[in-house]
Amino acid sequence: MTLSVEPIADPGAPLARRNPVAKLGAALLFMLPLILSVDPFAPSAALVVELLVLPFFGIRMRLLARRLAPLLLTAGGILVTMVLFAGERTGDTVASLGPIDVTTGVLATAGALVLRIFAIALPGIVVFATTDPTDLADALVQNAKAPARFAIGALAAFRLVPLLGSEWRALTLARRARGVDAGRNPLAKLRLFASTAFALLVGALRRGVRLAVAMDARGFDAGVPRTHARVQHFTAPDAVLLAAALLTGLAILTLTLALGHFNPIIG
Amino acid sequence: MSEVRLRGFGWRHAGRRAWAVRGLDLEIRHGERVLLLGPSGAGKSTLLAALAGLLPEDSGESEGAIEIDGLDPRKARERVGIVFQDPQTQLVMARSGDDVAFGLENRGVPAAEIWPRVSDVLDRVGFPYPINRPTGALSGGEAQRLALAGVLALRPGLLLLDEPTANLDPAGAALIRDAVARTADPSTTLIIVEHRVAEALALVDRVVVLEPGGGVRADGTPELIFAAYGDKLAGEGVWVPGFSTPPVKATTKPADDLVRVTRAAVTKRLPPVSLSAGAGEVVAVTGPNGAGKSTLALLLGGLLAPTSGRVEAFGDRRPPHRWRAATLTGRIGSVFQNPEHQFVTGRVADELALGPRRLGRTPEQIRRIVDDLLDRLRLTRLAEANPYTLSGGEARRLSVATALATAPRLLVLDEPTFGQDRRTWRELVDLLAGLRDDGHGVVAVTHDDAFVRTLADRTVPLGEPAPDPLPRRSRP
Repeated sequence: MTLSVEPIADPGAPLARRNPVAKLGAALLFMLPLILSVDPFAPSAALVVELLVLPFFGIRMRLLARRLAPLLLTAGGILVTMVLFAGERTGDTVASLGPIDVTTGVLATAGALVLRIFAIALPGIVVFATTDPTDLADALVQNAKAPARFAIGALAAFRLVPLLGSEWRALTLARRARGVDAGRNPLAKLRLFASTAFALLVGALRRGVRLAVAMDARGFDAGVPRTHARVQHFTAPDAVLLAAALLTGLAILTLTLALGHFNPIIG
Repeated sequence: MSEVRLRGFGWRHAGRRAWAVRGLDLEIRHGERVLLLGPSGAGKSTLLAALAGLLPEDSGESEGAIEIDGLDPRKARERVGIVFQDPQTQLVMARSGDDVAFGLENRGVPAAEIWPRVSDVLDRVGFPYPINRPTGALSGGEAQRLALAGVLALRPGLLLLDEPTANLDPAGAALIRDAVARTADPSTTLIIVEHRVAEALALVDRVVVLEPGGGVRADGTPELIFAAYGDKLAGEGVWVPGFSTPPVKATTKPADDLVRVTRAAVTKRLPPVSLSAGAGEVVAVTGPNGAGKSTLALLLGGLLAPTSGRVEAFGDRRPPHRWRAATLTGRIGSVFQNPEHQFVTGRVADELALGPRRLGRTPEQIRRIVDDLLDRLRLTRLAEANPYTLSGGEARRLSVATALATAPRLLVLDEPTFGQDRRTWRELVDLLAGLRDDGHGVVAVTHDDAFVRTLADRTVPLGEPAPDPLPRRSRP
């Protein structure tokens, strides 16, 4: 198992090369108005806008599709759950599966939920796919004034994540070599999984401690103001991106209200 | 350019009864290059941590004085650099150049100065790649070179090396020795802790031997120290140069084959290889990093399925990787490179009882097996201890003991002598020789020439490593 941490987009694309903090901020500002309402109109409009700006991120569609695959699974799960367990079954009956009536109302609610998930997740996926983790940490420290202790520390920990995959494999094999396997017993499987996970955690903690000591030995806790070897610029186009994201999000919200689709999440 | 002065220095970690170091009087002058020796548990690593200012005041109790240029080490941190054993947990950034820059940023070096210093120090340690080389794509030796560069970039007056080659294969260790030699500069005081004395000897002009109970046992030039204390140090597990071990080879021809590998390969990890191992012989599998030695060990151990070819063992129609774990552990014992991967329980004694219990032995039989193994591998004192708290040598002995507990006829070991002191090494060699003479088959994947010379009845060299795993850049 290796985690793909490298950006999967053309780094020269007009929006991909914006400041990481601007991209992250834009994604958040755009999403905020969307979560206020549970109607199907707002996420649909947002998805349209997102698909329109997608080409400017220079992302390759096949790779994006692969990243979206887990979301499709989630969407399927939601659809099934709603059809089986929805309390309100308004609207016309589309099909009857034994005791379960599939109605238009149920399908509409489920559809709105699925749309929301995609509309909210897509900006985040695009931002992380087009952003180098090192650049993000640098920009968080330099432009968003995040503490280096947090941003660089998280970055260093992130570097150890791919190791967990090979570690897990080694632990699993070693357990088999010791004569420990679960066979077909689901309870034993669960116990084995838990004990392997615990060993993985213990190993990860020990490595984390060693890394922290090595970082401090190189002055990470020196307390003098850090300088920055790689400079991240926050420029006018970045500010424009932020403003545009906020305004578009608000525009969609206004439209939703004006057209009477608004359905507040609270109350 | 730093001077070290210890007067009656001692340190006891919080919650421990014994002092890690005690009663140390030592003076190290500007530009001296010192090899710090002593048996395991003499407190060498603790002393280095203290010198690096990495022992916070609330993490233990100290006595006496420790000074670097007249300062408390905690206040002299910017004068000291330290390189640890494991390269993986010293690298911070995703790109090599950024990693060297990390320390310079921390110390507030002006941005304009950072990159010239980075490329200068990478040249000095002989780092062969451009600065944007991903740190994840470096071999162990290359990564350790980078870690050294990251420390040297800070221009420490005192450089501390804590077993910098212990986690590396011989080629990687040579890279580090070479890099330290290239960068040695008369204005840097150097202190090295290293088991493999011969490797460090060219780098130092003074040897200090710590006494396990506290204090300094000996101090002088390498020639004088080894002439006077060589025997005793070798007996305590230090790899004193010039102490070779007599070979212990099989006296009888190997009996029937226990395992036979026929043109087995694993995609991207192991090119096709054929190999057999019989009862009563020790087979050493050698070869450079990346040749697939560890993968071959997994195939032999029944832990991995070959993508092509066959693995047959014990006359069973099913290949070992299809056996139930309990069957497997009764026939083939695997010892992993990292002992901690193998530990499943919270007590040393439980660890040894696990395998026999899986095989359905009676409590009486289990007790006998456990007691016998604890005794043979000098672990009786640690029966109640948690396996994760053992020292490197103890953990290695326990991992071998766990594989022996089910009395498998075939033993497969991956780098069993890696990073071990001479005493544990000797015990392992004798133990494996004894098993062989009792009719067990032993296959060991190893980089250790001395191990091969002393014990192996047959050597199977694996080929050249696979080409560089870095993806090719697409053409513009």
